[in-house]
Amino acid sequence: MHDSKSGASLKAEFVSLDAEGLAPQETPWQEFLRIFKKDYQALIGFWVLMLLLVTALAGKALTEWWVVFDPEAVRLTDKFLPPLSVPSPDSLPADRPFGGVYLMGTDELGRDVFARMFQGSFVSLSIGFVAVGISLGIGVLLGGVSGYYGQDKVSLKTVLIGIFLGGVLFYFNWNFLGYAIIAMLLLTWIFRLSVDTLIMRFTDAMMCFPTFFLILTAVALLPPSIYTIMFIIGLFSWMGMARFVRAEFLSLREQDFVIAAKALGVPEWRIIFRHMVPNALAPVFVSATIGVATAILTESGLSFLGFGVPPPDATWGNILSDGKGFIFDAPWLFFIPGLAIFLVVLAFNLVGEGLREALNPKLRSR
Amino acid sequence: MAKIGVDAGLLSDAVIGSSRDNRSTMWNFIVRNVAQRLILLVIVSFVAHSFIHLAPGEPSEVDPMNPRMKPEDIAKIRAAFHLDEPLYVQYAYWIRDLATGELKSFKDSQPVLPKIWDRFLNSLPLFILATILVWTWAFPTGIYGAVFRGGMYDRGTVLLSYALISVPGFFLSYLAILWVVGWFGVPVISIKTFGMEHAELPYKIMDRVWHLVIPSIMAAIGGIAILSRYVRSQMLEVLGQDYVRTARAKGLTEDAVIYGHALGNALLPFVTMFGLLLPGLIGGSVIFEQIFAWPGLGRLGYEAILSRDFPIIMTLNFIAAVLTLLGTLISDILYAVVDPRIRLH
Repeated sequence: MHDSKSGASLKAEFVSLDAEGLAPQETPWQEFLRIFKKDYQALIGFWVLMLLLVTALAGKALTEWWVVFDPEAVRLTDKFLPPLSVPSPDSLPADRPFGGVYLMGTDELGRDVFARMFQGSFVSLSIGFVAVGISLGIGVLLGGVSGYYGQDKVSLKTVLIGIFLGGVLFYFNWNFLGYAIIAMLLLTWIFRLSVDTLIMRFTDAMMCFPTFFLILTAVALLPPSIYTIMFIIGLFSWMGMARFVRAEFLSLREQDFVIAAKALGVPEWRIIFRHMVPNALAPVFVSATIGVATAILTESGLSFLGFGVPPPDATWGNILSDGKGFIFDAPWLFFIPGLAIFLVVLAFNLVGEGLREALNPKLRSR
Repeated sequence: MAKIGVDAGLLSDAVIGSSRDNRSTMWNFIVRNVAQRLILLVIVSFVAHSFIHLAPGEPSEVDPMNPRMKPEDIAKIRAAFHLDEPLYVQYAYWIRDLATGELKSFKDSQPVLPKIWDRFLNSLPLFILATILVWTWAFPTGIYGAVFRGGMYDRGTVLLSYALISVPGFFLSYLAILWVVGWFGVPVISIKTFGMEHAELPYKIMDRVWHLVIPSIMAAIGGIAILSRYVRSQMLEVLGQDYVRTARAKGLTEDAVIYGHALGNALLPFVTMFGLLLPGLIGGSVIFEQIFAWPGLGRLGYEAILSRDFPIIMTLNFIAAVLTLLGTLISDILYAVVDPRIRLH
């Protein structure tokens, strides 16, 4: 798909092949677009996500940088107003919502639900993206190393790096983790185990734990903040990604273009990052898309259990979990965020599945 | 869930048709797998113990605003729980107490293992019913969808399964509670109705059943949605194989092709799913047991987290991991029994 050739030389080759009547009918990108466009569910999902992206950016801009919609204004005169109602005559003119109407009603403190949802769209989305970014980073790094250096034994150099890393951990007073890393590397070096064994056994061990319970424990024990939540969700969901990338790398390593690059004396880091990573990216991209959906759901689950993003930041998850107490008196506080989460997560899942269909050559032929 | 893909990989890599003695390869396979699991068990116990101590929160800090907690009291608590020792000493204490069964909860000084066992017995009916629901619904749905690929039913169930995994679990549960309580007028919260101890047996049973059904369905929905899609794609893969084409070409009826030739092969990888069900017993149930006030394992874990009850959290994590290891071991062995190609890998 993404060979080392530059675009120009690739094009030249197409032209010369075209003269002989052998050129492929379409480039991979065109083929991808053709299949993706036929999948109307994925296409609708894609446009929903584009709309969400615009909403999130606008939400960040209009609620924080240039306050048109104020999500934090408390109006005790306007509590529990249903959607599309106008502010009561007693309310302060300064606190009136933009446009003179509460589009999605107000909550138990008289805060504008539309403004809160607007602000929350950015926060929820950034939790999803940052968490997936972290798990992607860890997963690609560990999976890539494990797949590329697969059968190599742990070298003395690696052990020395490990001892240095352990030293850094000692400095931060995480003695136990430091000891554990050094001991594990020494053991693998003594018993002549491979890098792959070391990393994959650790991945397997991490996969044994119930993920949501681990995330819940970590989030509950650490000081509550939005960054903790992003970081912890990412830190405990890289295992599937690492296994994916490892499997991709194992098969890519044997392919001709990598062997050719090695024969040409291309440096190792360049083989990995320039030649192999782009080729392994397709399945990673699919699971990242679905990972964002999972992270948004995880955040709402944490909110429900009382360990979500602390106020004043609004997320769809904590608006929903605050709204569950008013399901009879103010159903809009419960249904609006619930349906919003549902639609967005559904869109992510459908786009992910559409990508999987369009990027997987095996599924295409059938 | 990633396990299926991995095993499919194993399947294609495996050497076919070796002359080695069948029984000895089977034993080799089992011994190798058990040895691997034992090593994993050690890593798992390290992770379960160290992970919780890396976070700054501690049992002595649960109630920092309490004016009756003097610094010397905190020091006393810390000493009693060995919190001032280095981590490896704490790890040794934990393993020793766990092995001798003397591990005590920080919160109420009750032994941890009987406490977990009680809650496990509460969780068990929920888990069993949910598992039965998942397996009896997911397979027919997925197989039917694959056989009539692209039809109304197929497209409908696929979209529905996406919809079901996209709803926050507690949102759907609240709707279900409102609907069931409003429509049928039955109690669904908690494990049984308070004050029913002297009722006639049939009423008691009905009461328990109503309390059990809704949480089980809610806990099963995600599983049905995910598993049915896997079954569908697995079935599609098998239906595209050469031997299915051969079966059709030699003039077999469609039923004989699907149920005789395709189905068995499509279901083979799902033997491994068995092992992945076990961790759901603790992890997947936290939210549902919280909603339905069900006094099971997930809720025990949640309460332990709230009160920084380290021995319970560590032991629960450890037990969940051990159950997973056991489950994958059993399913690997089962897989090797039904598919001889696996043993030689």
